[in-house]
Amino acid sequence: MATVDIELANWALDEARRKGASAAEVLCVTAESLEAGVRMGEVEKLKSSRERRLGLRVFCGKSSATSSTAELERDSLGAFVANTVELARLSAADPWAGLPEPALHPKSLPELSLADPDSGIVSADRALEIARTGENAALKFDPRIKNSGGAEFSSGRYRVLFANSQGFSGEYSGTSYSLVVAPIAQDGDAMQQGYWYTSNRRFGKLEDAESVGVTSAKRALRRLGARKIKTTHAPVVFDPDMAAGLIRSIVGAASGPALYKGASFLLGQLHKTIAAPGVTIVDDALIPGGLGSKPFDGEGLPTSRKNVIDKGVLATYLLDCYSARKLGLAPTGNAARSVGEAPSVSTTNLYLEPGSYTPAQIIGSVKNGLYLTETIGFGVNMVTGDYSRGAGGIWIENGELAYPVQEITIAGNLKDMIAGVEMIGNDLNWRSSTVAPTIKIAEMTIAGA
Amino acid sequence: MSNELVAPDKFFLNRFGMNHGALERILGSALERKADYADLYFEYKSAEGLALEESMVNHTSKSVSHGVGVRVCAEDRTGYAYSDEVTIDRMRLAAEAARAIADQRGTMPAAVQVGAPVARHALYDLPSTPLEVPVQERAKLLSEIDRIVRAHDPRVKNVMASFACEQKIVMIVKSDGQVAADVQPLCRLNVTVIAEDGKGRQMGSYGGGGRVEWNYFIENDRWREYALEAARQAIVNLDAVDAPAGETVVVLGPGWPGILLHEAIGHGLEGDFNRKKTSAFADRIGQKVASELCTVIDDGTIPNRRGSLNVDDEGTPTSRTVLIEKGILRGYLQDRMNARLMKMEPTGNGRRESFAHSPMPRMTNTFMLSGESTPEDIIKSVKKGLYAVNFGGGQVDITNGKFVFSASEAYLIEDGQVTRPVKGATLIGNGPDVLTRVSMVGNDLALDAGVGTCGKDGQSVPVGVGLPTIRIDGITVGGTRA
Repeated sequence: MATVDIELANWALDEARRKGASAAEVLCVTAESLEAGVRMGEVEKLKSSRERRLGLRVFCGKSSATSSTAELERDSLGAFVANTVELARLSAADPWAGLPEPALHPKSLPELSLADPDSGIVSADRALEIARTGENAALKFDPRIKNSGGAEFSSGRYRVLFANSQGFSGEYSGTSYSLVVAPIAQDGDAMQQGYWYTSNRRFGKLEDAESVGVTSAKRALRRLGARKIKTTHAPVVFDPDMAAGLIRSIVGAASGPALYKGASFLLGQLHKTIAAPGVTIVDDALIPGGLGSKPFDGEGLPTSRKNVIDKGVLATYLLDCYSARKLGLAPTGNAARSVGEAPSVSTTNLYLEPGSYTPAQIIGSVKNGLYLTETIGFGVNMVTGDYSRGAGGIWIENGELAYPVQEITIAGNLKDMIAGVEMIGNDLNWRSSTVAPTIKIAEMTIAGA
Repeated sequence: MSNELVAPDKFFLNRFGMNHGALERILGSALERKADYADLYFEYKSAEGLALEESMVNHTSKSVSHGVGVRVCAEDRTGYAYSDEVTIDRMRLAAEAARAIADQRGTMPAAVQVGAPVARHALYDLPSTPLEVPVQERAKLLSEIDRIVRAHDPRVKNVMASFACEQKIVMIVKSDGQVAADVQPLCRLNVTVIAEDGKGRQMGSYGGGGRVEWNYFIENDRWREYALEAARQAIVNLDAVDAPAGETVVVLGPGWPGILLHEAIGHGLEGDFNRKKTSAFADRIGQKVASELCTVIDDGTIPNRRGSLNVDDEGTPTSRTVLIEKGILRGYLQDRMNARLMKMEPTGNGRRESFAHSPMPRMTNTFMLSGESTPEDIIKSVKKGLYAVNFGGGQVDITNGKFVFSASEAYLIEDGQVTRPVKGATLIGNGPDVLTRVSMVGNDLALDAGVGTCGKDGQSVPVGVGLPTIRIDGITVGGTRA
């Protein structure tokens, strides 16, 4: 399979040049996966997939086009390459367009342990058993867990091959495994779903299925009896998942395309203090086995570890070649690529550096405030930083988690929120490619009754 | 293109060297164990995109994708396997993977005989699609949009415009022998404007489309309307003050604010959640869930609409389903499996994103029927409240019924008058209860312009919404001004 793809990629690059392209890139992704779901102890679904796609970007001078196809036989691929070159000719010449400076391509690639050496796709029987174990643990945890949205185990492997007409080529393979359990707690007429998951590149490093199930049950149960509260201003403690979502929004505004379009509230803030002094946010593509790790970026540039926000100062933007040229800066190795799309920008493994407080100390510091465990909706305006989202969690009274709350919103502005980070927890846990410890934000508007 | 229109089923048989005999053998293999039914979903999709930024049409793209999905259903279990290699061998492997869901101790069912066509609607049999319009002509329109928006107001700082079009050819072969085939065109024109004055910057977005021809955008100067509307929204928001926080009377404008129905009502009425009783609406058919002013419909049969389909993605013709009639909950949205398990009829709402996904109950075009009030009277009736006319996205927690939708253009209502614009804010409410608070319904039902995309369980499908002006007597607004 591997050699076939490299041959095919090189053939497509040559074909593009024969058809008149001045430069070209090929991305070839092969993926396989199996998902197995159970619900109320019974098998609910099995899904097996297999995909192989080829993406192309061609340049005719400063004009470019991107394309993708599943038709990989030489005849149809040849016609497709010709069409793409034709499309590129019809695009406007863009002075900032082009492949990276050839000298920036890496000479060697780091080994990042992205694939599990011991396990491939997990068999359907084993996958169903794991899902069943997780769901059972939730169902038997408490008599109020009476229903379930189910549990799902999935495993997948993929291979990415990238090559361009200036001689760079690289490839990597990866695996991923995950288990999600989503039981429902009931009390009278009220129903609440809980949700918990584990995810890893190594099968053996997944959190134990039973403990995922138990956590999901506890998360459902603690929402029972949730009430609406009166509108107020109060501190908000973000649990680790919520804090991770917040740093993702903030760093999203540091991405090159948002900046050159003028669609970012971080415009003009490079090297300025934008956050509380304890805030350091790191993007690290090189963590061995990291869910967001990759040895080179979507344009074939080296990836790296960098502080995006360093002790409160916006230290770098995240840039692909195009946005870097437009902003007069150097690319940062954050080009992301999906087959058939032009490069975009994304983080790799993104995290907020932990502080010294335990979550209990953070909650204990709040007299009256919200412990935020869920948000709903998309109410973040990246141009202004205005933030207004549906929220749920547990109300804090005199430093203790008192009762669950729902049907409320939290609102503020991302600039004020990141500057208002008062405490940072010590509970950083790598559960996903973006993670953060518990944090406390000094004050937000909480709207309710 | 035109022979595909006449016979999309022939398209697959010719292109991938299939014949009815081969399909019958694969369906037979899928049904080898004790299953209720199986189906094959073939898809061939071509898509093109053009985008303009900084006055250049510098992004062009095209894609061709195809694949086949094999599904086996046994009671409430689904086995699904797909491949983007459409060959007999791959399909046989997929059938073996999919049938693993079924009970081993089954018996061989009667042989499948493929052939009977499904009668489908003809909601978008276009003489030609925008894919056939020269790229230069499409690019020229984007440049013209850029020009008129920049000339419109000096506060316009940046214009982004895009045109995306696709054509999907699908064929669904069912184990009862029926074959449904369809050609599904879809396109969308979008404009985003960034405006700036001395005090700040704001963004406005507008667009539209559907299963329409290129001329749709040209006639009635729709392209110009989209462009100027995006600019207007950006400029209005430059003067926005902080939105209120807390429960208040809200008047929703017509059209796109119908996203309220999609989130608050629609998802909760999808058959899968109700069969599993994980929806806040479970077991509530016949109960009052809205004020008697409210009648809510899901209709997949409106010609040329983004949310419409001739047949759904499991081969059932789409239909018009009354969800709420004068306040009473009447029906659910069903695919085949959930309809069968709930002993109801399929409603033609079994949809999927692509061959890589198994179908499930989804909305098509969801809207509320007009009432009797004029929009002016509705606004005049409000002493203090919010008038929200444009929205970004929304989301719902099916199980507890809480939903949100985020206003991107809203104004204060003070003493019956629309006054100052306020900043975007999220509105949050309780699905089974929010429509009971509807106290006035306008006579001005409008459907949205055709830009909606709905996500569920990782699958995106195009949808439409619609609403007349309505007054809601209390919903929580998530502003900052307490």
